[in-house]
Amino acid sequence: MKIREIQKLLSANVLTCTDRLDTDVRSACGSDMMSDVLAYVKDQAVLLTGLVNAQVVRTAEMMDMVCIVFVRSKKPTDEILALAEQNGIAILTTDLRMYDACGILYASGLQGAL
Amino acid sequence: MADVLRLHFTVDGEDFTSAGEASAQVKKKLRQMGYDPELIRRVSIAMYEGEINMVIHAGGGEADICIYPDKIEILLSDKGPGIADIALAMRAGYSTAPETVRNLGFGAGMGLPNMKRYSDFMNVESVVGEGTKVTMIINT
Ligand SMILES: Nc1ncnc2c1ncn2[C@@H]1O[C@H](COP(=O)(O)OP(=O)(O)OP(=O)(O)O)[C@@H](O)[C@H]1O
Ligand SMILES: [Mg+2]
Repeated sequence: MKIREIQKLLSANVLTCTDRLDTDVRSACGSDMMSDVLAYVKDQAVLLTGLVNAQVVRTAEMMDMVCIVFVRSKKPTDEILALAEQNGIAILTTDLRMYDACGILYASGLQGAL
Repeated sequence: MADVLRLHFTVDGEDFTSAGEASAQVKKKLRQMGYDPELIRRVSIAMYEGEINMVIHAGGGEADICIYPDKIEILLSDKGPGIADIALAMRAGYSTAPETVRNLGFGAGMGLPNMKRYSDFMNVESVVGEGTKVTMIINT
């Protein structure tokens, strides 16, 4: 699935890396605990989260993730956006809640742990 | 030893936002040097967990990275409160992190076990009231 499709499915806004929407992603994970992402996630390219701080971007960077979706209308700060842009991570925001956002993507073929 | 590359970083304990900067720089350096992405990810995650620990548990510290021809060594040292029972701290799920830290997305008690899993060798030395030294080696 392309990041562009995630945007459509979640009616999301794209706040960084608008030039990377054709990047292919194969799997995703959803969590508000970066500890768990760092410990359990393997190879998932997309992170859905309701947590908004710079460490979300850092975590994604360490894990080589390419897209972060902030759920529940969370608004990342300019500092967070700059860090993401610099690391080539596309930031999306959606009004949907975590469960719904994950469910929609899963039902559309984006897998969890591969 | 001529062919050892050394990197040093001071990790600020006051600023949670900048936590991870040292790990990010090491990651960038290893990329430039052409290391395998999977290896880079192991090094990055192990160091990042350790860096975050210094920030949330020890008020910051120092990070020294040595890149040898056959291995990468990460040394993290702080002058924080130390760890009384290292074996207990190493257990998955054990955390003394307060609610404030959990609200930032950390404090699941997964950091130290994760660091051990991603490194080929790990040693934790700690003296209560003096500080903690973590050594991790990842063979390249
Ligand atoms: N540098 C340190 N100085 C003092 N105590 C530490 C240090 N690193 C770890 N600890 C202690 O060891 C415990 C376990 O650490 P670990 O990294 O496994 O979990 P955590 O940091 O609490 O949560 P997580 O890593 O999942 O975000 C910590 O809660 C803390 O009590
Ligand atoms: Mg930790």
